[in-house]
Amino acid sequence: MKKIAVQVDDLTVAYNYKPVLWDIDLEIPEGVLMAIVGPNGAGKSTLIKAILGILKPIAGSVSIYGKPYEKQRDLVAYVPQKGSVDWDFPTTALDVVMMGTYGSLGWIKRPSQKEKKAALEALEKVGMLPFKNRQISQLSGGQQQRIFLARALVQDASIYFMDEPFQGVDATTEIAIINILKELRKAGKTVIVVHHDLQTVPEYFDWVTFLNVKKIATGPVKDIFNDDNLTKTYGINYKVSIQE
Amino acid sequence: MLGSFAVLRKQSLLGDAISHAALPGIAIAFLITGAKDSNTLLLGALVSGLLGTFWIRGIITKTHLKSDTALGLILSLFFGFGMLLLTFIQKQPNANQAGLDKYLFGQAATLVESDVWLMAIVTGLCLLVLFLFWKEFKILLFDKDYAKTLGFNTKTIDILITSFIVLAIVLGLQTVGVVLMSAMLLAPAAAARQWTNSLSKMVLLAAIFGAFSGVFGTAISASQNNLSTGPVIVIVASVFVVVSFIFSPSRGLLFRQIRFIANRRDLEQQKTLAFMYHIAETHEDISHPHTIKILNNFQGFTRKTLQKLVDKDYVTIDGTMWSLTQKGFEKAANLYNQQHKTDE
Repeated sequence: MKKIAVQVDDLTVAYNYKPVLWDIDLEIPEGVLMAIVGPNGAGKSTLIKAILGILKPIAGSVSIYGKPYEKQRDLVAYVPQKGSVDWDFPTTALDVVMMGTYGSLGWIKRPSQKEKKAALEALEKVGMLPFKNRQISQLSGGQQQRIFLARALVQDASIYFMDEPFQGVDATTEIAIINILKELRKAGKTVIVVHHDLQTVPEYFDWVTFLNVKKIATGPVKDIFNDDNLTKTYGINYKVSIQE
Repeated sequence: MLGSFAVLRKQSLLGDAISHAALPGIAIAFLITGAKDSNTLLLGALVSGLLGTFWIRGIITKTHLKSDTALGLILSLFFGFGMLLLTFIQKQPNANQAGLDKYLFGQAATLVESDVWLMAIVTGLCLLVLFLFWKEFKILLFDKDYAKTLGFNTKTIDILITSFIVLAIVLGLQTVGVVLMSAMLLAPAAAARQWTNSLSKMVLLAAIFGAFSGVFGTAISASQNNLSTGPVIVIVASVFVVVSFIFSPSRGLLFRQIRFIANRRDLEQQKTLAFMYHIAETHEDISHPHTIKILNNFQGFTRKTLQKLVDKDYVTIDGTMWSLTQKGFEKAANLYNQQHKTDE
């Protein structure tokens, strides 16, 4: 049995009495590349945000490798939705990636050459090194997404949470990103991705969680990614041909 | 300087709300002490400014109201209350009360040396805090949620920034007054944003613009009678903004328009050339003359464009006939192939 990387118990989140997540129990084993799927408003992003403490849950607890999340922050990296920030902010690609080092630096201390080197390496990995001094508003959507990915890579975490990294990126970027995610898994990291495109789930991921306010199912893609669970999650008769 | 942060947080109105919120503080401080010592009054302004700001924050986070609604609400509530107190004070038989309304529109002439020292100290403090927490401020402004996952207490950073904005505003009240203070905060920052894409340069530029507005504004108002300093400073700052909006090389309206016209002209020439190529292609001799009239069938053709092409030696004209030169033919062939490639 593999180690449990992320454990969620009885997690409930509500906005003004309306539950967005209801009593979620979730165990994510170490080293999986997991998709969280579900319809709009199912609480996929909310789940990630609640796990990371960005949103305050009404009830429930989260542990990372058996300890509370607050004590294990260094092991966790987050890639927010691209649309969550103002890309007209006056800063460069390199500068954004450097932000990934701020956590380990802590308060007041400034990034040094060491941090800069790490940021440049991360930019190289996502193929964005030529754009390091580019003002971020002059990057395409796919490039912005890569910058966010690089920022998480700099954190050198064990667990990566990503909120729709494939949203609004072209096919080339999508392939580049998924290759990086697969490399992370190969290196023993755990990657959790909010995902929209059901067609690509079997191709990209080995683990999946179906979510629609409540947890519908979670497990290996080959065991549970079937019409039955899709119908339960999306409420309509869903047929996806799974290629073996 | 601190205005940069307000602008980038899209909370530009915050400055307006804070300065208005400071008014009842001034009035209450006067009522309690009965004296017009500016330090005491500013302390009152600081307290009520902070109070107003954190109410606004509270409203935004606890209710579903948008931030502009919350700002507007607090602004008018505090300002109304402040005005009420001011009129109440004016009815009182206290001779001291005259001149309290200078905080409405500001009166730089009433500044004394100790006020200036206070300003210098607070500015120094702001610089120090800005320098120490630069990284934290930046990440909070850009991506608050992410900052949280890195383990930063975003609430603390937020309160720190906001408190310093309040402090800066309260200090400026004496000079430009409640009504115009937010322009003083925002104008330099908005102007600076036009010139640079780096946060540090933006903050620096905003500080320079702000200082220049102050110096020029004071100089202008001193050279003329009956020109009060505060409004003149604000007008100078606004001139910076207008000039920046028009003349900034990358974001300015002027250069954008020039680039647009230049691009359009280039495209017109290229299209005309491509059209000519199309006709010339049907003849074995590329320099075979054609009437100019035939070009009129082509949309977007102008005599001016033709003249430009002649100037570039791509086309020769003989009476009402034109023909492509060898150079023009090659250029057009290149264009034509390129367009074909992008079409596919």
